[in-house]
Amino acid sequence: MDLYAENILDHYRNPHGKTDISHTEYRITFTESNPTCGDEITIGLNIENGKITKCGWEGSGCAISQAAMSMLYDVVLGATKDDILKLTKDDVLELLGVPVSNRRMNCALLGLKAVQKAVSGM
Amino acid sequence: MALNSEQIRQQFPAFEHDDTLVYLDSAATAQVPVPAMEAMNAYYTSYKANVHRGVHAKVDEATNAYERARTTVQQFMNAKKASEILFTKNCTEAINLVAQSWAKHTLQKGDVVLLSIFEHHSNIVPWQQLQNEIGIEIRWWKQLDEEPKLDDVKLVAITGQSNVTGERPDIQTLCRKAQAAGAKVLIDAAQLIAHHAVDVQEIDCDWLAFSGHKLYGPTGIGVLYAKEEVQQQMQPYQGGGGMIVEVHEQDFVPTDGPAKFEAGTPPIAEVIGLSAAIEWLNQFDWNDIEAYEKELSAYAYKKLSTIDQLSIINYQLSIEQGSPTTTQSFVIEGIHPHDLTDILGQKNIHLRAGHHCAQPLHEHLGIPATTRLSLALYNTKEDVDKLCAAIAEAKEILQINR
Repeated sequence: MDLYAENILDHYRNPHGKTDISHTEYRITFTESNPTCGDEITIGLNIENGKITKCGWEGSGCAISQAAMSMLYDVVLGATKDDILKLTKDDVLELLGVPVSNRRMNCALLGLKAVQKAVSGM
Repeated sequence: MALNSEQIRQQFPAFEHDDTLVYLDSAATAQVPVPAMEAMNAYYTSYKANVHRGVHAKVDEATNAYERARTTVQQFMNAKKASEILFTKNCTEAINLVAQSWAKHTLQKGDVVLLSIFEHHSNIVPWQQLQNEIGIEIRWWKQLDEEPKLDDVKLVAITGQSNVTGERPDIQTLCRKAQAAGAKVLIDAAQLIAHHAVDVQEIDCDWLAFSGHKLYGPTGIGVLYAKEEVQQQMQPYQGGGGMIVEVHEQDFVPTDGPAKFEAGTPPIAEVIGLSAAIEWLNQFDWNDIEAYEKELSAYAYKKLSTIDQLSIINYQLSIEQGSPTTTQSFVIEGIHPHDLTDILGQKNIHLRAGHHCAQPLHEHLGIPATTRLSLALYNTKEDVDKLCAAIAEAKEILQINR
């Protein structure tokens, strides 16, 4: 299957949870970037009783990094902190549902890194 | 005589193996013509032996081929002596050799090494390592249309052609001025070497480095030209067989000449392969090579320029300005270079995306990543046309309607 499947492109064109992040809106914000390609994702979260009650993100980058973050948003909202920390590379690849080559793996996993670092308070 | 690209193409097995291949990444590594492959195969088949070791007949045959290659390289770059040619594993190792075997014990804390903003990481990091180790100072030459301050510079380390924009600093003039100011000059010719005649006596640099694999040769072989006078100031930085006259329990005596810098069994097959690649290239006149590539580069520049939202990245050097070379990098508004290059790759059109190991230049230009087209003698206008058509398709797939 093509890396640029319709599902990926849909999320890229109409990303879920993408918004203007202002530091006052969220209790936690975290930015993760990939210096080799300039991709960047900033995530904003509110956690109440261990649960993600509010989530938003902004970023720029390739279709894969942006689509993966959009798909992750659907998983993250309402999930517990523990659920998020348990997410693995394979979970992201399953969400994407297309074969991702090694050279694009950093793109695919940028959002996961951002979310996990945000909830663990790094 | 105008070059016949079709005949040239036929000499590269990569295009016979895959006749739909559009290879536009020769700045990363060039394809290899038949004679270079055959020369290596002949060594492996009929006279594989170590060089400068032992007395059997095949040692002689291998040693002669190895040293003949040194002369081929010498003549190719018009060095005064074959002994000024040192074989390394690549251009990076050649630059590191200068850093470790000359600069490390010659330069002192506070001595200035001048780098241009065009430099590849391989001509940056070795100097940053020395900055950490012995406290040299790195100065960046960013305003390339202005003369750099040279009076306190001990070494100028500069590329002959940017691996991102393809622009060529005027190395000859810089070399003259640097040496008048008492500085040594190292030229990184990794990109220049396959596209422009390099005459080290005319440039009059102290060192010049390049990789064989960008010059239609095999991987694993690089060259450092080290002018005789500076070579005498260089200490061997790797010890081992081949670089000694004698070794005792507590000490050793190093040998002279290139062998001093070629410890251990060298890449013999690769040296022979590089020599054959150079001989293959020697069949063409440099005027013809440059005329062909200039026309093709201008064609690519013009075609790319007509694509909406596409910007070709230029530093806009005043020197040779307006004359596009074989290497051109570009961005398309709203499309990430990784996405574009991935989609082009799916169409068997191969370019490179990223910062091309030139992060300081990208930071300076304020662009995280670009897509890079790089041309060689086997490329044609048809390759460029296929690229431009594929870019249009990729835009259809990726464009966000804002």
